[in-house]
Amino acid sequence: MCLAVPGKITALDADAATATVNMLGVEQRASTCLIPTAQVGDYVLVHAGFGIQIVSAEEAEETLKLVADLTELVEDELPVADSDPAPASDPEPAAAGAR
Amino acid sequence: MNAPASTAAEEPLAPGTASASVPSPSAAPHAAPDLAAFRDPSRARELIAAINRTVEAAGRPINLMEVCGTHTVSIGRYGFRSVMPDGLKLLSGPGCPVCVTANADIDHAIALARMDGALIATFGDMVRVPGSTSSLAAEKAAGHDVRIVYSPLDALDLAAENPERQVIFMGVGFETTTPAIAACILEAEARDLPNFSVFSAHKMTPPALKAIADDPETRIDGFILPGHVSTITGLAPYRFLTEQYRTPGVVTGFEPVDILASVEWLCRMVARGEARIENAYQRGVSADGNPVARALVEQVFEPVDAAWRGLGTLPQSGLAIRPAFARFDAQARFEVPVEPTREPAGCRCGDVLRGALAPNRCPLFGRACTPEHPVGPCMVSTEGSCAAYFRYREEA
Ligand code: SF4
Repeated sequence: MCLAVPGKITALDADAATATVNMLGVEQRASTCLIPTAQVGDYVLVHAGFGIQIVSAEEAEETLKLVADLTELVEDELPVADSDPAPASDPEPAAAGAR
Repeated sequence: MNAPASTAAEEPLAPGTASASVPSPSAAPHAAPDLAAFRDPSRARELIAAINRTVEAAGRPINLMEVCGTHTVSIGRYGFRSVMPDGLKLLSGPGCPVCVTANADIDHAIALARMDGALIATFGDMVRVPGSTSSLAAEKAAGHDVRIVYSPLDALDLAAENPERQVIFMGVGFETTTPAIAACILEAEARDLPNFSVFSAHKMTPPALKAIADDPETRIDGFILPGHVSTITGLAPYRFLTEQYRTPGVVTGFEPVDILASVEWLCRMVARGEARIENAYQRGVSADGNPVARALVEQVFEPVDAAWRGLGTLPQSGLAIRPAFARFDAQARFEVPVEPTREPAGCRCGDVLRGALAPNRCPLFGRACTPEHPVGPCMVSTEGSCAAYFRYREEA
């Protein structure tokens, strides 16, 4: 239900707040009224005919770094609350590229 | 909902088929996010190993709950419930919008469908879900006009094309969906469409989380928080979980690595006695969410008490159309006779939705109740826990 499918904007009609989005090879129309800063070439999440978010490659990288942290830590470091070398919480998505 | 494009998008993602992960080139403008890395089997295996270590180190049983139907489906598809260590349980919560819709609301939609000149438009799952004695699918078979749409925008077009009909969009869904509905109502106003309205059964996620956190029967240690709901809401609405309940939550996406990372992060916080709200889905969710979308919802809808299947009536958990937009509000516009509510006999959906009963422990599961012959909504909707457990033969 809350599924949103990523796709790339291939054309944009800014006046009508409508984009053509290529989702796995299928072109679909999607409203951009919820993502007014969207540009041609952006990757967006589309839900029920509406773009809801511009997807950021940099932030995907941040999550992968986090995953690396989560898998690397060894067992006996675990229950220590204060040294906490583990995942930096929330590596500032808002500053880097939130829209 | 379950648009054809969605299914197509999800099928190729089985972990075994993922290509080897290559670090993606970083940060060119418009660079494609490296989704293959989130399906990388070796990353997934490492995370499962980490989860095993963490749960063992925790030395206590851990119960996590996912509260998004799309997560329920992902977890089922990749078989994660069966590879978790003994001390860790992944429970499914009230994440399927069709499933949590109260029978009375379904009966109301059915009554609207029976109205002369009505055309009901809604998402696919809603059509099949049984009300007290009928369903929208049964009404369609009986000659009433019920259409499945992919987007509420399609319902606007139906209204423009059929000026002699009353086009009523049956709106179900959480925060991900409501901005689209709000935008459509504003569009209907701009286009001055006199024959378009919405029956709003929309609901909000945080009140359901609160009800689950208050439930002494389930004792949830951490929440796997929804991805695309959070795309809209951001992280702030979840802070009460840590402040009032000291229960951590991790927002995550829908790929195997996303899910496993959230599980490991939650187990780790539980093991250390920490409670924070974290974001493991940074590519799809920013801390502040989508304020443009929230402003539209705020303009068109107002919070009201709403009845949920399984959870009862939760204060300020539903969204009603504001009086200023009453001409687009099917509840306000049409007086229809709604039949008395009757729950499906023997169905334990209510307990399933609060995580108190695993779907396969329902006496009807797989016997009297199957996706071909569903007894309750949790077996009807593709995102329903019963349907997911049945399809992926999950054990619990
Ligand atoms: S298995 Fe069927 S009858 Fe049992 S709770 Fe699920 S939907 Fe209801």
